[in-house]
Amino acid sequence: MFDLLVLLIPVFPLLAVLANGLVGSRYSPDVAGRLAFGSVGLSFLCVLGVFISILGNPEPREVIAYSWIFGGTLSINLAFLIDPLTVIMLLVVTGVGFLIHVYSVGYMHGEEGFTRFFTYMNLFMVSMLLLVMGNNYVVLFIGWEGVGLCSYLLIGYYYEKVSAGKAATKAFVVNRIGDAGFLLAIFLIFSHFGTLDYTAVMAKASTLSTEMATAISLCLLVGAIGKSAQLPLYTWLPDAMEGPTPVSALIHAATMVTAGVYMVVRNHVLFDMAPMALATVGIIGGITALFAATIGLVQNDIKRVLAYSTVSQLGYMFLACGVGAYTAAIFHLMTHAFFKALLFLSAGSVIHALSGEQDIRKMGGLHNKIPITHKVFLIGTLAIAGIPPLAGFWSKDEIMAHAFVHGYYHLYLLAAVGAFLTSFYMFRLTYLTFYGSSRVDPHVAHHIHESPSVMTTPLVVLAGLALFGGFLGVPPEHGWFHGFLHEVAAPLGAEAHEVGWGVLFGLMSVAVAIALGGWGLAHYMYAIRPQMANEWAAKSPQVYTTILNKYYVDEFYDCLIVEPCKKLGMLWDWFDRHILDRFVVGIGRGTDISAGAITWVEKYVIYAGLNVVGYSNHLLSWSWRKLQSGMVHHYAAIIVIGLALLIHLVLVWFVGSSAADMSIR
Amino acid sequence: MIPLSAYVALSAILFMTGLVGVLIRRNFIVVLMSVEIMLNAANINLVAFSHYLYSMAGQMAALFIIAVAAAEAAVGLAIIIVVFRGKMATNVDQINILKW
Repeated sequence: MFDLLVLLIPVFPLLAVLANGLVGSRYSPDVAGRLAFGSVGLSFLCVLGVFISILGNPEPREVIAYSWIFGGTLSINLAFLIDPLTVIMLLVVTGVGFLIHVYSVGYMHGEEGFTRFFTYMNLFMVSMLLLVMGNNYVVLFIGWEGVGLCSYLLIGYYYEKVSAGKAATKAFVVNRIGDAGFLLAIFLIFSHFGTLDYTAVMAKASTLSTEMATAISLCLLVGAIGKSAQLPLYTWLPDAMEGPTPVSALIHAATMVTAGVYMVVRNHVLFDMAPMALATVGIIGGITALFAATIGLVQNDIKRVLAYSTVSQLGYMFLACGVGAYTAAIFHLMTHAFFKALLFLSAGSVIHALSGEQDIRKMGGLHNKIPITHKVFLIGTLAIAGIPPLAGFWSKDEIMAHAFVHGYYHLYLLAAVGAFLTSFYMFRLTYLTFYGSSRVDPHVAHHIHESPSVMTTPLVVLAGLALFGGFLGVPPEHGWFHGFLHEVAAPLGAEAHEVGWGVLFGLMSVAVAIALGGWGLAHYMYAIRPQMANEWAAKSPQVYTTILNKYYVDEFYDCLIVEPCKKLGMLWDWFDRHILDRFVVGIGRGTDISAGAITWVEKYVIYAGLNVVGYSNHLLSWSWRKLQSGMVHHYAAIIVIGLALLIHLVLVWFVGSSAADMSIR
Repeated sequence: MIPLSAYVALSAILFMTGLVGVLIRRNFIVVLMSVEIMLNAANINLVAFSHYLYSMAGQMAALFIIAVAAAEAAVGLAIIIVVFRGKMATNVDQINILKW
């Protein structure tokens, strides 16, 4: 029963992919939409069943679906590992995924390629489920590449737009860099352990030397950085906003980009063996959290602000992994999935209301025109800014407290400044979108409308999760969530670190003060004195344009990597044209000249003799030449007939029986 | 357990499908796809016998064939594009200068 439930989880979306992908054009888009979200809903029900079963007995369980590759000592199964970590990921992926699918039915209504959209979305769900459920690195890798493919397909969903096509290619290529690291890690693991099953690898992990553990962990980290858009491979995620908004919510905020965090937590035993790699994780996370937040301060596209905030929040999760707070990382992953999906979807609702407008300079004063969207967006903002008691407060505070208590003061500082900036830019976004005077284009202004209930219902549910989801982890470090994940996410050899409640409350009040400070500054700059932001920008134009242009990182990569690659291609083109071709042409010329001399001899000496032979051949051959019709099919048929005859002859001569006899036997 | 003969039969059916496709279809791309089907029929055979004989050699050969097939598809498509540019031809029977 349990096995069947587990197997059914990825099967439902897979069936929907097959139906919508193969025969989706035969029925109406409505049916396709229902199939899509219905299948994810059924998966979610299966996950709930698995969750209840795991609640009763938290032992990790393996379910082998199919024995896939085996031979010698190698054995790779298409198998699933169900433990508390997987179950939490499954709940997030299918739960949030289901809500986003429902929302998409409304958001994508009437779009060209509606069925194609849901085929890709469901294919994404299948891949993501394989990613989190697999019990070995190969299944993880299949899911890993599958979600990358779906991300590519969905970013390039509006493929007639050049920018969307470019963004999709960029996401794919940048992810390849990470995947190369991940593959190396898998090869290292296989060469060292001779197996790829998590349980076997983790059991033997203590035999690793520190150097080997560091090498494996760093390679894994490269993979995680690519997928989770951390420095220096984050540049694809903001561009990925070219895709439809539900895609940004599902893939580029709630689920796929958190795969890197999941992978680090899943392999935390290896990371615990390599303090150097773990420190790198923390530093990359901390710097990314701050760096992306600063870019988010000045962006004017509503989705891009959210994209940078996603990069920044993922940085917090890496920071948490780096300080050994794996449970906090997964906790923040979950709450982030709630509030960031909420923010993206309500941003989608705003864009929907404004007929596709994404520039916050052309919004403003929307709070009474689209009241539901306004309320849920505000809840999302409060949650991400870390205002208690919403979800984001508990998880972010726990990460920061853990960093502080365990002595990572530099990471704490990065996280604290990042938290202030997060609060500031999120409230800036809220003020510019929903409050103040309306700057909406008059053509658009008269048909602003609240979204249909199929879109607002998922928003309200997500708002509820963003409001109350944090209580799963209360009190900090001792909540239900921590107890549930303790077996799988407790760092190796961590001594019980009892911290006084005084310190915790102190850190909490600092966190709240930071969040309120950011809110206050945003309120002052965008509600009380709206011209102030422009004044600041005018005062230091260089700083402003540098941040507005995202520190020119894209340009830097362009001239450091993309352009040299192009140049190298041009160089080889030149080499081909001017050196190789000259060489070939030279040989040709030489042959030509010597041929000229020989031709004379041939023409007047040899031909005379040959002509006699030639003409007689010509006369003989006219009846056979029809065989060479010039049609490729005829040649192919002749080959097949010849081959059949040959096989027949071989059988008759060497085996002593004809092909007909063989088949009778 | 699925018997070996089933795999061999599937492989034979696929091979014949591909062969007939190569012989009777006119579109370049379909002919190329038929060739791929034939390659994969051979792959199924290899993998099935590899499994039957408990040896990895067949599976390794199949992996090589997959790599070669990828290269072959790339070259084939490139040839098709060149032919299309040169002769505006999309069908095999439009290319008939390969004769006396």
